[in-house]
Amino acid sequence: MSQKTAITLTINGRDHAIAVEPRRTLADAIREDCGQTGTHIGCEHGICGACTVIMDGEPVRSCLMFAVQADGRKIRTVEGLANGEKLHPMQQAFMDHHGLQCGFCTPGFLMLAVGVLEREPEISDSDLLDVLSSNLCRCTGYQNIIKAVRAAAKEMRTR
Amino acid sequence: MTWVGRAVRRLEDPALVTGQGHFTADAPAAHWVRFVRSPVAAGKLANIKAPKGAMVITAADLTGVKKITPMLHKFSYRPVGQPLLAEGVVRFVGEPVAAVVGATAAEAEDISDQVELSIDTAPAVSDARTALHKSAPQIHPEAPGNVILEGQVKTPGFDAAWYGAHTIVKVEVRSRRQNATPMEPRGGHASYEASSGRATLTCSTQMPHLTRTAICDVLGFPESDLRVIAPDVGGGFGQKMSLASEYAMLVWLARKLKGSVAWIEDRRENLIAGFHSRDQYITLEGAFDKNAKLTALKADIVANVGAYSCFPTTCGVEPLMAMAEMPGPYDVQQYQCLARGVITNTCTMAPYRGVSRPVITFAIERLMDKAAHTYGMDPVDIRRRNLIDRFPYKSVMGLEYDEATYKETLEMAVKAIDVPGFRKRQKEGRANGRHFGIGFATFSERTGYGSHAFAARGMEITPGWEMVTVTVDPSGFVEARIGCSPHGQGLRTTLAQIIADELGITPEKIKVVHGDTDRAPYGWGTFGSRSLVISGGAILIAARKVRAKLLKIASHLLEVAPGDIVLADGMAIVAGTDRTIPIAKLAREAYTQTHRFKGEIEPGLTETGHYDPPGTFSNACHVAIVDVDVDTGQVRVEKFLVAEDAGRIINPMIADGQVHGGIAQGIGNALLEEIIYDENGGILTATLADYLPPTAHEIPEIELHHIETPSQNSVTRAKGLGEGGTIGAPAAVINAINDALSPFGVEINEMPATPQRIRSVLRKAQKRA
Repeated sequence: MSQKTAITLTINGRDHAIAVEPRRTLADAIREDCGQTGTHIGCEHGICGACTVIMDGEPVRSCLMFAVQADGRKIRTVEGLANGEKLHPMQQAFMDHHGLQCGFCTPGFLMLAVGVLEREPEISDSDLLDVLSSNLCRCTGYQNIIKAVRAAAKEMRTR
Repeated sequence: MTWVGRAVRRLEDPALVTGQGHFTADAPAAHWVRFVRSPVAAGKLANIKAPKGAMVITAADLTGVKKITPMLHKFSYRPVGQPLLAEGVVRFVGEPVAAVVGATAAEAEDISDQVELSIDTAPAVSDARTALHKSAPQIHPEAPGNVILEGQVKTPGFDAAWYGAHTIVKVEVRSRRQNATPMEPRGGHASYEASSGRATLTCSTQMPHLTRTAICDVLGFPESDLRVIAPDVGGGFGQKMSLASEYAMLVWLARKLKGSVAWIEDRRENLIAGFHSRDQYITLEGAFDKNAKLTALKADIVANVGAYSCFPTTCGVEPLMAMAEMPGPYDVQQYQCLARGVITNTCTMAPYRGVSRPVITFAIERLMDKAAHTYGMDPVDIRRRNLIDRFPYKSVMGLEYDEATYKETLEMAVKAIDVPGFRKRQKEGRANGRHFGIGFATFSERTGYGSHAFAARGMEITPGWEMVTVTVDPSGFVEARIGCSPHGQGLRTTLAQIIADELGITPEKIKVVHGDTDRAPYGWGTFGSRSLVISGGAILIAARKVRAKLLKIASHLLEVAPGDIVLADGMAIVAGTDRTIPIAKLAREAYTQTHRFKGEIEPGLTETGHYDPPGTFSNACHVAIVDVDVDTGQVRVEKFLVAEDAGRIINPMIADGQVHGGIAQGIGNALLEEIIYDENGGILTATLADYLPPTAHEIPEIELHHIETPSQNSVTRAKGLGEGGTIGAPAAVINAINDALSPFGVEINEMPATPQRIRSVLRKAQKRA
């Protein structure tokens, strides 16, 4: 199991040349090999979505992919959402609408919502609810997450 | 304008939305631990064979390490000890048997797969009623009959009331086993510093100080040699307020290896071994007079406590809370109760948001609905006749209820939900094969109670008070250090709001420090809807002292009486004049110009606050409207409405968030969430595809209405509200399901009310027909 493969993960525009075992998940590689610990791991079986990142424009569960599958691909994580000091509208909306409490699931929700809205800016409310029900949050009861994402969607459309 | 009462944005959020939070799993470690866990529910551990060269720690290596033995001094409690690693016997699936150390988490897991356990499997029992049978396997010799504690009460006038009753109504409810399921599983990282001989444990806990005390007791070294840090904690809901034996193992390993060692629980471990809760049978009977007034209550509570007793509350927490608080918001003068905690071959129980109250509220609210049905009354009317409406009220168990609004919140909810409109729609629906139902739950939520309340349970570790320090530093910034340990509740923000009002500065200038035994004063942590009431009360007391001192310094410098000075907008202002001094300057003087105070003011600007309140009762009425598909048993919660009273609200945005989150868990508990054991004690729900926390799809829009009755039992006038959502929601939802099913003449008294269970009662009814 210890045979390692050299790969390059491009995370938030920066190349990370790392060597990983074939079985290494993308989530572990992002966190441990690349030191980007904002992406969280909640279940490691693809249910909770805490590890959601955006890869080549699509939200993916990084616990369900091997790092080697992401070789050379463009990955965005929560650390890359803000533009310098200026928060992404989704981050701002989560704060404004109290869309987080403990904050553990938050990076996954942010990346899921941003990924989907960039792909589909005019998504309907009911389709958005479908999308958001693919991640789990145990603190907020979802109401304020939905409110935040809808507000950010509006803001993202006007930019 | 005050900061208290405003929806101030949380000070916690900027780090958390940018990925800059610090959670336990984020730190690198030199060694990683994997626990080998028992694959069987009961048996004799004959042999453990480790692969050659691997570091595999077993009980035999833990010389001098004590068992975790929580203690109650009442209720015929039989103390049972939990070894850090199984000693000769295994008692539940998931029990740690060995600790494997590797250079990486993956390596440790590879080695753990090669550890061979020889276990002579013995018969196991996972159901509490079965465990009470004479023929059931005996799990601990110290607890004959598997009964670990027994509480009994009978009021002197009980028999007269009981035999004089007009009608006796009986319900038998069952709450299945649940798991709090924080999104961040448990985990710890321990390190050792050779130069000081100290160890540091960073772990996902709700109670850092108690974790330190417990681990030092078990491992046998002074508390000064252990620092416990609770960094950002990804939810707890009670599961992280009990000591994880794994954390003690990590400290032991860090001291042995003289290096850093980490264990991050995976979801399977969390679901099978991360503490469970709510596995109870309650038989509840009410004696009512001819006017449907409840005159006596009789309860039989059987709480499955799992294989061991949790530290620090002990496994008494569920059965004894159920016994003490069974009457809830209803006036009843006579009471008989038998509450037993029963040991089984299952994961140990620990408190989970609401503890027993979701279950007892479910029981008594089912009783009320059934009584209403028996009397041909409206469910709202029977509640009107029985809710407590005079204060202070002394309960039949001696609890003093402070002023609350049980009837007012009920009326508020009834009005807001439009019951006549609903009944019309329900009738029309039934004509078209649709089955809508409405369910009410009224409840009291005992919150913010201090050491005297806990002492009633006879706990050897009696929590309750809180201590804080508030310091204005020489640059005019405030640092408050607290013993509570929030993990998502936004306490840094709400406490800053309280301080800001006292000191006339903005919350951004205030840092609340918690979760570090080296920096924060000893405290009990965050659980039981206590932190805002108790830590907030202590904060107010300390901030008032700091304020008094600031006024005194200002009085010296401005040469006016302290009473003529107000603190506002960062300034000390001589009232009615334009004479001001910045508060930051007062702070600087407090350290650097003390010679000017002629010995009348002590140097520095730090004050301590202690608070140990009697407890205060929040209350609410929850209403659920459900749509039941009688062909599939599927339930959709269409609407959820809350009228609640948690006293003075410090931050309405945060308060509403607590209610939303609690209700979502309550709806999950009512419909979806269930840990299932098979007859051999094997666990069938080890993934989140089997154990189902609700998603955004299952949670309807929640409509909130508020009343604020300032509590006289709380210096901030605030009451706690962290658990209320979870307490009321299961009863409201399942009452609504029963209302929807009423044309079929069936009842469902089990939570979660899954589609299978709903179909099962409907099938039985169809067979009868």
